[in-house]
This record gives sequence, structure tokens and C-alpha cells, in this order.
Amino acid sequence: MQTFFIVAILALGFLVTFQIAKASEYVAVIRGADKARKQTNKINGFLLLVFLILGMIGVYYCNERLAGKILPFGSAASDHGLLIDRMLKITIIITGIVFFITQVLLFWYCFKYQESEKRKAFYFPHNNKLEIIWTVIPAIALTVLVGFGIIYWFRITGDAPKDASVVEVTGSQFKWEFRYPGDDKILGKKYFKNYNAVNNPLGQLWDDPANRDDVYVTGEPMHLVVNKPVKLVIGAKDVIHDVGLSHFRMKMDAVPGTPTTMWFTPTKTSRQMKEETGNPDFVYEISCDQMCGQGHWSMRGEIIVETQEEFDVWMAKKKSMYYTSFPELDPSNKKAPAIADSSAAKPVAMLQAGK
Amino acid sequence: MHVHSGVEVGHDVHHDDHHGHHHQSFISKYVFSMDHKTIGKQFLITGIVWAIIGGLFSVLFRLQLGFPGQSFPILETFFGHWAKGGTIHPEFYYALVTMHGTVLVFFVLTAGLSGTFANILIPLQIGARDMASPFLNMLSYWFFFMASIVMLSSLFIQTGPASGGWTMYPPLSALHDASLGSKAGADMWLISMALFIVSSLLGGLNYISTILNMRTKGMSMTRLPLPIWAMFFTAVLGVLSFPVLLSGAILLLFDRNLGTSFYLSDIVVAGNILPNEGGSAILFQHLFWFLGHPEVYIILLPAMGMVSEILSVNSRKPIFGYMAMLGSLFAIAILAFLVWAHHMFVTGLNPFLGSVFVLLTLLIAVPSAIKVFNWLTTLWRGNIRFTPATLFAIGFVSLFISGGLTGIFLGNSTIDIHLHDTMFVVAHFHIVMGVASFFGMFAGVYHWYPKMFGRYLNSTLGYIHFWVTICGAYLIFWPMHYEGLAGMPRRYLDKSIWQAFNQFADLDKMITIVSIVVFAVQLMFVFNFFYSIFKGRKVTSTNPWGANTLEWTTPINPGHGNWTGEIPEVHRWPYDYGKDGREFIPQTEPISASESKH
Repeated sequence: MQTFFIVAILALGFLVTFQIAKASEYVAVIRGADKARKQTNKINGFLLLVFLILGMIGVYYCNERLAGKILPFGSAASDHGLLIDRMLKITIIITGIVFFITQVLLFWYCFKYQESEKRKAFYFPHNNKLEIIWTVIPAIALTVLVGFGIIYWFRITGDAPKDASVVEVTGSQFKWEFRYPGDDKILGKKYFKNYNAVNNPLGQLWDDPANRDDVYVTGEPMHLVVNKPVKLVIGAKDVIHDVGLSHFRMKMDAVPGTPTTMWFTPTKTSRQMKEETGNPDFVYEISCDQMCGQGHWSMRGEIIVETQEEFDVWMAKKKSMYYTSFPELDPSNKKAPAIADSSAAKPVAMLQAGK
Repeated sequence: MHVHSGVEVGHDVHHDDHHGHHHQSFISKYVFSMDHKTIGKQFLITGIVWAIIGGLFSVLFRLQLGFPGQSFPILETFFGHWAKGGTIHPEFYYALVTMHGTVLVFFVLTAGLSGTFANILIPLQIGARDMASPFLNMLSYWFFFMASIVMLSSLFIQTGPASGGWTMYPPLSALHDASLGSKAGADMWLISMALFIVSSLLGGLNYISTILNMRTKGMSMTRLPLPIWAMFFTAVLGVLSFPVLLSGAILLLFDRNLGTSFYLSDIVVAGNILPNEGGSAILFQHLFWFLGHPEVYIILLPAMGMVSEILSVNSRKPIFGYMAMLGSLFAIAILAFLVWAHHMFVTGLNPFLGSVFVLLTLLIAVPSAIKVFNWLTTLWRGNIRFTPATLFAIGFVSLFISGGLTGIFLGNSTIDIHLHDTMFVVAHFHIVMGVASFFGMFAGVYHWYPKMFGRYLNSTLGYIHFWVTICGAYLIFWPMHYEGLAGMPRRYLDKSIWQAFNQFADLDKMITIVSIVVFAVQLMFVFNFFYSIFKGRKVTSTNPWGANTLEWTTPINPGHGNWTGEIPEVHRWPYDYGKDGREFIPQTEPISASESKH
């Protein structure tokens, strides 16, 4: 019933508008097309000016209300984030000036030079000097933007420092899994055909000794150490995902078959952020930024940034995937032979076995 | 490259047809017509139908975005299990988003925009009786029609239409198990796209050869009106880039159905280990964006051309810097092919390659800026008549400035790391290529409607249409930039579980309400369009806007063949407005000895 009323009211509104429009057309014919045109011209010229003024107020108001909803520009929670914020600021200033000048000119000219009998249009087909000026000025402005942009870009995408810690992030529909390299600081090799939902979710190769101390974490936040560079090694199992870290201003696609990396240094612990934002429940969130299927919108992960001591306490409680999968081999349980040969599938063997 | 003076034999036949065109059957006159004007109208009307469908999709998913979790029982009435309990199923949401993008980018703003205006304007403005090949032209429409039918039927299959985003990135679009839309829907999407590409190639080749070979006497290339130049570059872009998408789509069809591994490697989906190895998912993105970026200009250039013409006619002044306008069109067309990887800054692209694409991308801002300054100077000291077409053209310039400037953010890879795939991108491209091109299209429809149908659109409705649409466009898309600046990703149907993104719930509500209003006003335009075909105020003069170009030398309702007598000869460029104190001097008027030079 309610729907019916809404539809009826809309239809009525439609009809009324249409009748008024039709009537105004007849009135225009009766009053003389010329006179009517002059009047609508005046109204529209005036409205264009009003639009400019209200629009500029709107732009200001919008900025006051919405800017920096997560973190104000310039207070990103990572070193690279600060560079990005700075680049953002430079760009906002330059484009802001251009925006203001061109929009004001556009609407002001429309208002000022609306049709009038007192004035004739000025025949002005071209002027080389003017055209050169407004080719050169944008070119200079853009050179500045490209210059800063490329310098920052190479700083951000350059090689990670040698002492950076490493965390592997793997996306799949619709969850995140993390792997820490353990004491040897090397992530062990993987091969996707070794995947096993129960005891080898990442497809680790057990005959690679680097895998033995790798710690697998899922269903809980990723832990990072404050002020210590971290390099994320990013991959995906099924479709393309994307590791989006909006507080750190970082982002990198997770592509099946092609590992990617990004590195940054978190500069604020989660505790600090709770104070800074005044939100006792603050968490760093990992969002999937690349459309990955029907659960894309819910593919959420969390990060905790903490001090080295806190991190060590957390890490000490973790057991490596190798020993979780083969508890009989865990030296802390009892002495055992070196490698579990039965479950160590080599890629070569897999390939020969045929697909 | 010389000019075609007279009438070819084939055209003589059409010419005769004109006098006796009542003999044509309904089918050959309105359905399988070879008259470029009728084909243009067919493109336009099909485009309008698609625009309503695509627009409706956006209203539906905006409903979900503005009111997540809320139940609208009417949705279940219409969409059954896709909206059980009146809330939109995620799979349905992604299908809506995907179809909205596909339909609007390809079917409305490519076929509907350049299909319409290239067809209507090219022969009329260059002084030709029809296209170089009227038959290919007809085929071009019917391939588009078939593509439409396939895409439309994919909406009704059990597993739903494609739902992997309009960019159809594999592996999501390649794996049947990755989503419902990647079952039969994705195959239909790819087949429809292949048909669509055939259509645009047939059309494009025809436009190019017509413009190069069929100009009337005196119509040198530098006397062409700017819409024609814009259509020319558009057609060149289409002919060079669409085949790349075709090959990308065919490889994807192979991966989906024949077990190849072009895009697939190392995949475990839904617990199954797939055999594919050695493919590259990123390869598809290169192929897609090699079309995808020129596609942006395929959408934008015709609008730019028409806006240039309409601003000049209605400010009663020549377009400022005709040669600079040409040069910038040319520069944009070239650069369009050299920037595609700026869509891929965060795919793990080599950083050095990324920096090259930053440079080339931001270079496009220079010709774009030239165009904006030239439009501004065209308005300066003019005598501007605010017809609905003029207002839409002014709106186009405003939107192009706003959206173009936010492009400078995204083209800079450093900032793109943060803004990539966020709502900022959505806001940016909707303003600069979505809404702006629509404004160009509306301007074109209002301006050339008298030529198409011999009647006017109701202008009061036109003014309402303009004011609601421009206010709505800014209200919808301006604040959306801030969501993106806060990192909110695209294509999130419910933000309530996110601490960072849920702060924008009120804003999303506002945007949804405005978008419903704007959509309703578009329906009013559609009503105006169809009503005026039959009942609009009749055009009484052959040249209602006082314009210089050749289409206004034809009869009010031109038949097939356009001119009743000889095709007129051209003696000057199309922009002599306000010269020597005269309001306008048509292109057909010989240059007199006393005339001043410009």
C-alpha cells in the first residue's frame, strides 16, 4: 500500500512538472519567443553565479566535515605514509589553486557575458602568445608534481633495508593468513600443489629446512614491531586480492602465481593510536582492496603494532607449522629423526607424477 | 586526400529515393535502414534503453550502500532469491556493480554516444549524402544490437550475469568456482563483448573512411567542425585498441573453457588444487587496459568535440584556438596509448616502469589544460545564450576541470598507492568520464534534436534536467572523494564491520537519496525525449540556432541523401561568428574581398 502511494505521488509530481513545462512553452510562444528567451537567459545566468558561490561554500563545508576522518592528512602511521601525505598536500595545494581559478572564471564569464543587446561578441579566434603561456604554466606545475612524485615513489618502492623483518601475507576467499620466518629469518619455500587444508594451508615444502621454524598465524591479528622496517611478502591462493593498509597509506596486490612485496616502518604503536584518536577500541585494519568475489567487503584483517618486548612475548607462544603438523618430530616433545620423508612432496616429483 | 565534389552514382540513387521515399517499407525505413540518420537514432534509442537499465542498477546498489541491512520487500517481489527478505544478496550486489559499469561504459557512453553522434553528424557536417559504406554502418548497429541481446539475456540465467567487476580480471572471472557470476554469466559477457567489438570496428572504419574521402568541395581537413575531428580521433583510437581487448577476451574464454593457462597459475580454489602453471594474471590487465585507457578517451573525445561546437555557436564567438584544439586532441589521442599501466601501479609493476607511466600520464594534463583554457576564452566576451545545450556544455567544462584535477592525484603513483581502488577512484572517473560525457551527450541531444526529429525538446524540462543533474552530480561525487582519502575501498556493500570506514554511514545515506532524485529526473528527460518526437514544438526555420555548419543547410526533415539539390560547397572554416559585426557567416558563403582576415 505504502509503495503504491509513493508511486502515485511520484507520478503526480511528474505530471504536474510536465504540465507546467508544457504551459511555459505556450506562454513563451504567446509572449514572443524573443522576450521569453531573454528572461530565461537572465534567470540561468543568475543561477550559474549562485551555483558558483554555493558550490564554493559547499566545497569548504565538505572539507571541514570530512577531511581526515581516519587520520588527519600528514599524520599517517608509517614513514612511507608520511611521504604520501606530503605528496598529497603538495598536489592539493597546486590543484586547489587551479580548481578555484578555472571554476570562478568559468561561471563568472557565463554570468558576465550572458546575452545582451548592448554588447557584441568579440571576434577572437586565436592568440599564440596566450596559448603558449597556458601550455607552459601547466607544464611547469606538472614537472614539479612529477618530480616530487617520482622521488617519493622510488623511496617507497626501493629495496627494503637489510635488517627489515619479514612477514608473508596470503589472501584467499575471504581471509588473510600470515607466516613469520622464525629464528632463521628466512621464509621456507612453497609449492601450491602441496596445499592441504588440514596440515599445510600454505603449501610449504617440508624438505626445505628454512620451513621448520616458520610460524603460521591466522584468525588473529598480524603483529608488527614499532619503528622497525617490515617487508611484507604478498601472495594469493585463488584470485587477486589486495593488502590495503589505510592507516599506513600502503597497498599492494596479492596475485596468485606472482609474489609481490612492499615495505614500510610502522611509527605508532596500537596503544599510541588509541590515545591519539581517543578511541579505546582502535585497531589497524587490513582491507582487501581488489574485488575478489562475494565476500570481498568482509575480507578484514587486523594489525597490532607493539614494542619489540611485547612482540617477543607473543612470538614465544607460537609453534611452527612444521611441528604442529608433525608433533612426533618436535624436539620439545621427544627426540625424532630429521625429516619426515613420507609427507615431503617435492615439486619435481609432483610434476613427474603427472597432472 | 581530396575532396569529393559531386555525387556518386550510388548516391544518385539515394537522391532519387528522397523524392519518393514514401515507397520505402516500414522495415527498410526504420529497422534495417541504411540511412546514417536513422542508424544514429537507433544507436541513441538503444543507448537510452541501456542507460535506464544501467542507471536503475546503480540506484539498486546505492540502496544497499545507503541502507545496509535494511529490508525493502519490493526488491524480493522483483528479484526473488537475489533479494531474499528484501535485502540484496552479495552476489547480486556484485552483479549489479559489474553490469552497471559494463553497460554504461560500453553500451551507453561508447555505442550510445559516438554511435549516435558520429552517425548523425559526420555526413551532415562534412557534406556527404551518407557514410562511405551504409551497409557496414547498418551491420555495425545490428552487431551492437546482438551484443545487447546477449548481455541482456545473461541477466536472466540461473547463476546470474558476470559479477567480477566491469574489468573482468582473471582469475576471478576465469574460475567457475570463484563466484556465481563466473559460471555461464562470464562466458556470455565475453561473447557479448566480442560482438560489441565487431560493431565498433565496423563503425570506426566507416567513420574514418567517410571523413577522409567524402568531404564536400572546399571542405579541407582544417575546415572541419571540431566534433568531426573528435569523432575521427575517437574512431582511430577504437580501431587500434579494441582488437587488443578482443584478443584478451578470447584468451580468457580459452582459459575458462579449454583448460589453457594464459592467466592462471598456482591456484587453489574452493579447496581444489588446479593444474594450471606458468600463466600470468597480470597479463590480462595489460591487455584490458591497453584498450581500457584509450576507451576513456573514446568516451570523452566526442563529448569534447560537441561541447566545443555548442559553446562556440551559443556564445556567438569562434572557438578560441582551433589549431590548438586540434593539436590537443591529437596529443591526447597519442598519449592515450601510452598510459595504460597507471591502472596497475600496485600490481607489483617494476617501479621504474611505474615512473615512466607517471610521467606520460601527467603529460596528458597539458593538452587537457589547453582545452579548458580555450573553452574559457571562447566564453570570454561572448554573447552567451543559455539554451539547455549550452548549460550542459558549461556543466561539462566544470566537471571536466574537477575530475581532471583529481586525475592528477591518481596518475601520480606515490599518491595512487594510498588511493588506488578506493572510493576516490570511483568519484574521479564518474565525474570526469561518466557524468561529464553524459553532459556532452545531453548537450548534443538538446542541440541536434531539431535536426534529428524536426521538433524541439521542451526547454523548461531541459532547464530542470540540467540544474538537478549538475547539483546532484556534485552532491553525489564530491564528498565521495573524502571516503577515498580515508582509504575506503570500492565495492564494499556493507561497512558496518569496519572501524575505519563505518564513519561515513550518514554520507552514504545522503548520496543514495540524491542519486534516486537524479535518476528520477533522468526519467523525466527520457519522457521529454519520446514525447517531443511526436508532440514537441515544431522547428520552423532550417537554422534554428544560427549556426555555420552544413547540417543546417539541409531541409528541416532531411530525407535519405540529406540535401535535395547539389551538396553545397564550402568556402570557409565553421567558426566565423561575430566577424566584421555579422552575427554568423555560414560555411557556404564565399569569402568576400572586403572581409577582414583572422
